Amino acid sequence: MAVHALKVNGLQKSFGKNYVLRGIDVTLEPGSVTVLMGANGAGKSTLVKVICGHHRADGGNMMLAGQAFDPVGAADAIRQGVVTVHQSIDDGVIPDLDVANNLMLDRLVERSHGLFVRERHLRAEAAKVAAAMGIDVNLRARVSDLSVADRQMIAIARAMARAPKVLILDEPTSSLSATEADRLFALIDRLRAQGVAILYISHRMSDIRRIADRIIVMRDGAISGTFETEPLDYEAAVTAMLGHRMTEVDVAVQSGTAPVLELADLRLFHGAAPINLQARDGEVVALVGLLGSGKSRLAEILYGMARPASGAIRITGTDYAPNSVEDAVAEGVFMSPKDRGTNAVIPAFDIADNMTLPFLKGLSVGSFLKANRQKTRAQEMVSQLGIVCQSVGDGIGTLSGGNQQKVMIARWLLEPAKVLLLDEPFQGVDIGARRDIGRHIRATAKGRATLVFLAEIDEALEIADRIVVMHEGAIVGEHKNQNVDLGALVADISGAQSTETGAHP
Amino acid sequence: MNDRLLDFAIRYGFLILLAGLIVYFSLAAPGFFGPLSAAFVLQSVAITGILALGVTCTLVVGGFDLSIGAVATSALMLSAYSMVILEHPTIVAVFLCLAMGALVGFINGILIVKFRVPDLLATLGMMFLLIGLQRIPTQGNSIATGMTLADGTVAEGTFSAAFLWLGRHRFDLVIDRLLPMPVVIFIGIAVLIWLFLGFTRHGRLMYAIGSNERAAALVGTPVNRYKVAAYMISGVTASIGGILLAARLGRGDIASGNNLLLDSVAAALIGFAVLGAARPNAFGTAIGALFVGILLQGMTMMNAPYYTQDFVKGAVLVAALVFTFYLSSRRSGTGH
Repeated sequence: MAVHALKVNGLQKSFGKNYVLRGIDVTLEPGSVTVLMGANGAGKSTLVKVICGHHRADGGNMMLAGQAFDPVGAADAIRQGVVTVHQSIDDGVIPDLDVANNLMLDRLVERSHGLFVRERHLRAEAAKVAAAMGIDVNLRARVSDLSVADRQMIAIARAMARAPKVLILDEPTSSLSATEADRLFALIDRLRAQGVAILYISHRMSDIRRIADRIIVMRDGAISGTFETEPLDYEAAVTAMLGHRMTEVDVAVQSGTAPVLELADLRLFHGAAPINLQARDGEVVALVGLLGSGKSRLAEILYGMARPASGAIRITGTDYAPNSVEDAVAEGVFMSPKDRGTNAVIPAFDIADNMTLPFLKGLSVGSFLKANRQKTRAQEMVSQLGIVCQSVGDGIGTLSGGNQQKVMIARWLLEPAKVLLLDEPFQGVDIGARRDIGRHIRATAKGRATLVFLAEIDEALEIADRIVVMHEGAIVGEHKNQNVDLGALVADISGAQSTETGAHP
Repeated sequence: MNDRLLDFAIRYGFLILLAGLIVYFSLAAPGFFGPLSAAFVLQSVAITGILALGVTCTLVVGGFDLSIGAVATSALMLSAYSMVILEHPTIVAVFLCLAMGALVGFINGILIVKFRVPDLLATLGMMFLLIGLQRIPTQGNSIATGMTLADGTVAEGTFSAAFLWLGRHRFDLVIDRLLPMPVVIFIGIAVLIWLFLGFTRHGRLMYAIGSNERAAALVGTPVNRYKVAAYMISGVTASIGGILLAARLGRGDIASGNNLLLDSVAAALIGFAVLGAARPNAFGTAIGALFVGILLQGMTMMNAPYYTQDFVKGAVLVAALVFTFYLSSRRSGTGH
């Protein structure tokens, strides 16, 4: 191919002293799907944000179809032919308008459109776009009534209405079911045939197997591997993604003492295979699995937010069936949820108030809060976890992501838990804070069972005594965190055993 | 340096402005500075202030209560109906009003948390419903002793002296018969709500709900219960306002209390700007109500015409909102 769709040369980007991109070289070819892999904090999203015009690069340059490309903003990037569909798809659609209006929205914005909407014309055009993209939904349906997959299709169709040269899809399947994802892949196949260069960011091995023409792997702000010869070496790509880092942390594996949490024939939903699992006192168990593997569902059930289809949960031998989060907390089951921004942080509060929120009752006399006691307790946790702040009276918003997450974890270490659930505790956390959190969780593990829900293998290897793999609502593998056979672990996670034959020994 | 100046302006700007106003009016309007004038200002803001403190509680949990004005006028009509037509004793009339306020707040809360009606719409609907409802028993007439009822009989009950005492009694302070009862009740409620919101764990959890409801729920806070409680507090304080209004007027006047909703909401919103809190708070609300009262009193004494009052209130509100949302947003990381 003579002209690359997009050529990125020596791209650099830093935030303060934090070098996020250290000279990235990437090329995207027309009519080809390039998958970008990388662990949290590898710099994937920063790279995408530079390409789609959210950030300006500090160094390096980009060429779009042979022309210099230096977008000054997201709108400029789109105008020049680089379109991005972000992870949160509702950014890409207007929920209260119908499908036809959503598809034609960009047309309505154009100045040349004229004042009045020609309803019939608009619908005819929309029908054409929908047909071209293979979208089969009622054009009069409100977008908010559609499934996530349909909404995603519409967001992509809107993007495609601009006839882009480069289409970036940021974890597009993260909220799709398997059949919904298949429809997305069919659409991607069609776009590839039309000669669009596609950059596809994903962790889901099954997606990657399905659509990748090439794989680029990022680690610590640099490209750590490029795989483009058939057949693609997925195992090597995963290894390149995890790199040497997992060997840096030595976990002294504990097998725990008495069982604390027992799941007996627990079915997460109707038709799921029964789960049997024991977590022991002092043990840190990582539950890993892809999105849709059921680990979030399990966390919700344990924390009283959802009910299992059948089966029993026991804590230290007593039946445990929480009806609400309040019940769970009262029973000594604590959870630090994922996505701290939406689920955990109280933006209006300072560090002390954020941290002590679940246990205010114990920190008050009658109903009146003892502010000093709150401050002291918070101060203790701040020094134990090494939270970097001026004082515990600082607003939570003044902290970096890693320190915010430390506060959210500290919240649940204030009082002894029987079962501590940590859902993606390393999300949006720099590597230093991640080590601190991991070390502290392991150091305090005695006296409780700790369950950590993770999507990333390397994070599991850093923190866990035992790694339990979930796939489609069932437990499909268990690995003691000692000389783990990475190949087998990756195979378990990607569900390779059931879906592919012969690919893995 | 600039940052510190900005910070100082955000924190104390409103209080300095208030002090400046007092100094200015004291110099410009003879008779403004004195206990009588102060008592008059307090009296004029007491009922509005009580309602504003209630709506502050709903603002804290991230809600809003548009029905407070209607609850207050309903309480006014209900107390008159109870005493003048049904000839209940004071204690029954007061209890009926408080119970009505609590019930309306409860229904508001249930509409919002169980039926998922957005707060503004639920309380707007309730406002409408109450404005209509309070007119039905008397066929749209005001209630006064001696009025002729639908069945031809004459209403013979009267507002009892004890009830009127609630609205008209004045305590001796510095000079005889200075401090009106409603002012004492206003200050009492202000202190209670201030303690409740600022210093109890319930208040703290309510602020947490207002800031991030989902996060509050995920630490085990009974979010719905607290929200319903906030609307019940708002309903009860509004009914107290209505009782005091009835006791002051001494009749069930259908046309009173028209401005209560807007005035009290304005006071609560102005309160955001006090001490740079940038969020609803009881102290700010009380100061906000006082600010408007002082401004209006001063202007009246300087012979500003009455019809400029709403304009002035609106201007203060807009200024306070800009103060809160623009200036505070420029200050990074708002803790407290």
